[in-house]
Amino acid sequence: MDEVLDSAAGEPGATRAPPILPLTLESVSYAVRGKVLLEHIDLQLHAGARTLVMGPNGAGKSLLMRICHGLIRPSAGRVAWAGRQPNAQAMVFQRPVLLRRTALANVEFALKHAGIAARDRRRLALAALEQAGLAPIAQRQARVLSGGEQQKLALARAWALRPQVLFLDEPTASLDPAATAAVEDLITDIHASGTKIVMSSHDLGQARRLADEVLFLHRGRVTERTPASEFFAAPRSQAAQAFVQGRLYWE
Amino acid sequence: MHNLSDAFAAAAGMIMQLEPELLEIIALSLRVSLSAVFFAALVGLPLGASIALSRFAGRGAIVTALNALMGLPPVVVGLVVYLLLSRAGPLGEFGLLFTPSAMIIAQSILVVPIIAALTRQVVADLHGEYDEQLRSLELGWWASLSTLLWEARFSLMTAVLAGFGRASAEVGAVMIVGGNINHVTRVMTTTIALETSKGNLALALGLGIVLVLLVLMVNAAASLLQHAAQRRHG
Repeated sequence: MDEVLDSAAGEPGATRAPPILPLTLESVSYAVRGKVLLEHIDLQLHAGARTLVMGPNGAGKSLLMRICHGLIRPSAGRVAWAGRQPNAQAMVFQRPVLLRRTALANVEFALKHAGIAARDRRRLALAALEQAGLAPIAQRQARVLSGGEQQKLALARAWALRPQVLFLDEPTASLDPAATAAVEDLITDIHASGTKIVMSSHDLGQARRLADEVLFLHRGRVTERTPASEFFAAPRSQAAQAFVQGRLYWE
Repeated sequence: MHNLSDAFAAAAGMIMQLEPELLEIIALSLRVSLSAVFFAALVGLPLGASIALSRFAGRGAIVTALNALMGLPPVVVGLVVYLLLSRAGPLGEFGLLFTPSAMIIAQSILVVPIIAALTRQVVADLHGEYDEQLRSLELGWWASLSTLLWEARFSLMTAVLAGFGRASAEVGAVMIVGGNINHVTRVMTTTIALETSKGNLALALGLGIVLVLLVLMVNAAASLLQHAAQRRHG
């Protein structure tokens, strides 16, 4: 199944650095004060396919992405990348965290700390803003931009690093439909440039538009992982069936 | 009441005419307090930020101690600095006692805890918001520290100003280590204390008015600056 989903891997534009994918999670669990939030997750993420992590609130989507990205250590189990490369993975959060400086300076900041030489930063940052359609607001202060512009800027900042993997934690959850469409377009472009997309969402419409495969989480467990076409037609697990049909489900 | 209005009139006259004696005292006060705040900021800003970013055993105790030190009694600081700088003290050979340098040292010690404690609070709050993003961008400890200090720059202005307010208003420490020597170590607060006890109310009141105006102006300027910055940067 993974081979089928890997069709986009190795496209032109994919990063030339040694690959860090696949990412392997072995029996990953996470518990806080005895409450188990993720339980025995075994998972391998390959380059290429856009993986949508779906599930109801509290299923552990954000937590799983943070553990994958390395922001949180699992209580048990192993998170292993095939290779190690600085700044080869990036993450965009539900609420963008932008610095108190111009849009351009925000991108340049990320490039600087990724070790990009000073003489190249301006050019790369402007290119990233251009690709995100943000060139006209390059000199505006980042934190007074609209919500949609801020999220696009966060994406442009991540993209400027040319990551091999981009984690997106419900990036459109607090945006209106127009801004959501713009952010989805940008995500599609980033994927087309060869970046692996791992994105959480509980918006079925969005998942239909963006997913190549769906990873369904329910109560801290992966109940299924299915190619998108199959998932929306006939989800295998009961929890996912209920979710797709919009029924309330608990057990 | 007659005395008071006379004193006010005399004080206003001294300020209007920019009396050299008055100006000399104001200039030294500013030199001492601004220098003290400068050095205290140099230590206090990174100190407060590093406590905010660090996790170690006993951190809670240090935070509590730092907050308590904000209320350090100036006379005690003066006494300790006096003992350190006096001829027989460990730093006696530098001959700093009863010089403006001694006053700057004493005020710096008073102000460091204020700037450090307020900085710790501001940076800790900001860190909560920025932490994941900065780690996601793979910033190291030092890079995170300097980034957060820069991001907090407008709020930290308030911390530095609180320090200036404290330094320019205190009398106990500079009195002890400066000695209130005419034309050498006489600043606004010590002069006010001395002239009041001598019955020279005009000079005391004149200096008092200047001191209050100064503190008001500095704070007004800072708050205007902060509002403008907030509107611009969000």
